[in-house]
Amino acid sequence: MSTVANTIFSPELAARFDHLVTIYPLSRSALVPMLLYAQDEIGYVSDAAVAEIAQRLDLVELEVRNVLSYYSMLRTKPAGKYNVQVCTNISCMLRGGYKILDHCKETLGIGHKQTTPDGVFSLEEVECIGACCWAPAMQINYDFHEDLTPEKVDVLFQMYRDGQGKDVK
Amino acid sequence: MADVTFTVDGKQITAPAGTLLIEACKTAGIEIPAFCYYPGLSLQAACRMCVVRIEKMPKLQTACTTPVAEGMIVYTETPDIAQARKATLQLLLGNHPLDCPVCDAGGECELQDMTFKYGAADSFYAEPKNHREEQKWSPVVYFDRPRCILCYRCVRMCGEGMDVFALGIQNRGSSSVIAPNVPAHMSPDDLAHVDCEQCGMCIDACPVGALTSGTYRYKTRPWEMNHVATICTHCGDGCKTTLGVRSTSDGSEIVRGDNRDKSGINGDFLCNKGRYAFDFANHEDRITQPLVRQPNGELKPVSWEVALDHVGSKLRALRDTRGGKSIGVIGSNRITNEEAYLLQKFARTVLGTNNIDHHRTADYVSFAQSLAGHTGRTASLNDTLKAPAILLVGGDPTNQSPATAWNLRTDVRLNRARLYVANSEEIKLRRQAKAFVQLAPFGYNAFAAYLAGDNAAAASAASDSNALSAFRDAVKAEENLLILIGSELRGAELKKLIDFGLTIPGAKFALLSDYVNSRGAADMGLLPDMLPGYMPVGSPSDLATEYAVPNEPGLDMLEMFDSAGRGNLSALYIVGSNPVARYGIDPASLKDTFIVVQDMFLTETAALADVVLPAANLYEKSGSVTNSYGDLQQVNKAGDRAGVRSDFEMIVRIADKIGADMRKLVPFGKGLRADMGQSRGAQSGEADRHAVWLTANNLEPRLSPFDAFAILDEIQRLVPGYNILRLQLLSGNDQHLSPVAPTPLVQIGTRRDQVLPANDSLFTSGTLGRFSTMLGDLQQNEAQRLIQIQTAAD
Ligand code: SF4
Ligand code: SF4
Ligand code: SF4
Ligand code: FES
Ligand code: FES
Repeated sequence: MSTVANTIFSPELAARFDHLVTIYPLSRSALVPMLLYAQDEIGYVSDAAVAEIAQRLDLVELEVRNVLSYYSMLRTKPAGKYNVQVCTNISCMLRGGYKILDHCKETLGIGHKQTTPDGVFSLEEVECIGACCWAPAMQINYDFHEDLTPEKVDVLFQMYRDGQGKDVK
Repeated sequence: MADVTFTVDGKQITAPAGTLLIEACKTAGIEIPAFCYYPGLSLQAACRMCVVRIEKMPKLQTACTTPVAEGMIVYTETPDIAQARKATLQLLLGNHPLDCPVCDAGGECELQDMTFKYGAADSFYAEPKNHREEQKWSPVVYFDRPRCILCYRCVRMCGEGMDVFALGIQNRGSSSVIAPNVPAHMSPDDLAHVDCEQCGMCIDACPVGALTSGTYRYKTRPWEMNHVATICTHCGDGCKTTLGVRSTSDGSEIVRGDNRDKSGINGDFLCNKGRYAFDFANHEDRITQPLVRQPNGELKPVSWEVALDHVGSKLRALRDTRGGKSIGVIGSNRITNEEAYLLQKFARTVLGTNNIDHHRTADYVSFAQSLAGHTGRTASLNDTLKAPAILLVGGDPTNQSPATAWNLRTDVRLNRARLYVANSEEIKLRRQAKAFVQLAPFGYNAFAAYLAGDNAAAASAASDSNALSAFRDAVKAEENLLILIGSELRGAELKKLIDFGLTIPGAKFALLSDYVNSRGAADMGLLPDMLPGYMPVGSPSDLATEYAVPNEPGLDMLEMFDSAGRGNLSALYIVGSNPVARYGIDPASLKDTFIVVQDMFLTETAALADVVLPAANLYEKSGSVTNSYGDLQQVNKAGDRAGVRSDFEMIVRIADKIGADMRKLVPFGKGLRADMGQSRGAQSGEADRHAVWLTANNLEPRLSPFDAFAILDEIQRLVPGYNILRLQLLSGNDQHLSPVAPTPLVQIGTRRDQVLPANDSLFTSGTLGRFSTMLGDLQQNEAQRLIQIQTAAD
């Protein structure tokens, strides 16, 4: 449990982490939020991030990896700038989720957990993202897109390519 | 807690409230299967094998997490339970390779037993099995992923039990996998490894064959070995280890060491040395023929008769011409009590010298003398598991007495014991400590003085005086404190600390030493100034009267070598010790001394000898040993090697060749005269039962001078404090002894303590350790890791 001298994170995030460890009765409770924030900043959870988070929470690195590997939303490899997560769980499946996924694969030329050569997009097939009422749905980074059709997807991708997509963190 | 009464399978059971149902049933003799449950570790409830039906509860309940309650009505074997367990097994077997015929665990596998019992051999799962290659995580830890049933025992064992946290669980659901702490992508060889203490506890806890040991893998099957429970030869804790032996063309070979029935003083624990470091016995450099130095300077193999004749006549001649006082004897920390006792008796009564010593790894003389006049003040290793509060001054149990460290961690974890650690190093056990003070280098004396009330000593004891004073207050407020003392404290310092401790009501003490029988060597009088039981030489004692031992204290180890350097030591008889390397003796100083060495290897010392006699090691003989704490246990012969002899036998034979009266040296020939089954070997029925009873009652005949029990009889008769319970010894249990030293005549502190701690680590074990290939591999493994850390840091 410590503030870290040579942090690999931005000053803002480092400050946020310093605070985060103080607000839980057990400091290791800050582990999952920290991993998420670290991923948002670096794009994935790097070995260096694992090491620093372990140090901050007084855990061994293995414990950080145990938790990290449990959550499929946490990555240990870089993803594209825009991470396209297509839901194929039950509601979406019934309303054409697989068609959307296949369309994404075709247009982007990549498969599940892959990244386009230019590093702009990466694709993931995911379980329910809680947008069943508007199925089929997908999530690009933290942004939701609903009632999808292949055409809508094309428009969306173009928007992102043009740098007009939302990029919330 | 108050008792509750409940019913299991129609049987009324009473157990303290809060007891887990699975434990209560076990105590009552009702077995409930369990994969993930492991006594003493946190509850996991992961496997669902322990499900039972409890009336008024809607579903089957896990017995491993359910505390017993008043009036509970439980069924442990009903058709629905059997069905549930069978279904669990089918799931587990979904990806299990079913390679029992080649698996190390075959025959000792909990999954195999359960599958056999519940008949889950056929499966509904048609998916192809997901095979993964086995992984070598370290020289001793191997992992076969498909065999793993994800019970998490290894993870908890390593984290909670060992405080190492080298194993974790990664991913989720059916892709979950046990992962070691050095992931493949961070390892120079791109393979995953464990960076850990290599204790093998994870392997021990694994209910299946997913974790296997480097020493035993694919070597044999459990039913092809004989299993002999004996005592680990390595550190001063004296764990019981069960050696699996197999016949070979020249004896019987030890193929496995493990904690088979967990019935020893060590409970669940064994460290890597007790488990793996038995392989010195099979080392290719082992001597199996007596060697005698020829006029041309070469050591030449000769027959036993020739070698013993030579030793006997030479020692007799030197004794008769130059006097017993010109002969020195050095004993060992790894021989049995009987051998140590016999050796000093041989030195004192046959050679007529008190020049006898051994490599002392703790100051047991001052320890015994400081406690003279007190009873019930010495602690057993068992106390380290139960004491409400422990003060550890000096020592590093994690590395030097791993079982002690295990017990202390367990005591803190399960009983919330308060551990106070004072050490000049940041030893690992400080992680469990309620308070830790880092002492100044060599600050132990000042610390002992400070504890006893000398405030002026604070400055030289530790730099942080506030921590020091809080530490003292906390310690002084304790009762029934267990005080564990490292070998750093000796003589007057040791006495100071013990005197302080004696002011604490109910305090008990133990002094930690380095090898299996370091304590026994001191208790048995391998000392120039002390007879067995810390009877000062020259003072009246039963032993002194009975055997007319010389009255003057003899030379200690260093004085013997000094005397040799001056040309005054005519002969040196060394049993199982390597003083030349240990004390850095100049070989030239020994050129005029006739040297006889009993050892397994041509050590630095043996290489200088005139006669080298190939010795059996502790795993190849029977007798008793005493651990650091004074707990006596039985050693049983497991391995055997053609050509070697036990130290006991060699001492007797040499004495015989010298012309000693055998009946005086070893009091055999007393008792009944009958064939009690010995001539027919074990399992000969009636006669053996007589023998057991007679042995237990100390009445069995001692038929030859090679019977170590004849010496045990004498130890029991003459060594104060060694009032042994025979049945306890023979049934493989430990018993605590505390030799009662007479109040010291010499002031403690003026005596040369000559303690030289061995400073062994987890992967070394004195000279013996150098001949263990497995320990060598582990050292190399460790060194590579350190280089990697170093390169990473640069
Ligand atoms: S050998 Fe011991 S320290 Fe190493 S992983 Fe297994 S339990 Fe942990
Ligand atoms: S390796 Fe063995 S102990 Fe560890 S989880 Fe798998 S089956 Fe259990
Ligand atoms: S703790 Fe000591 S006695 Fe026990 S197995 Fe390890 S080295 Fe042997
Ligand atoms: S099933 Fe797709 S969002 Fe719930
Ligand atoms: S032993 Fe109870 S759930 Fe595993």
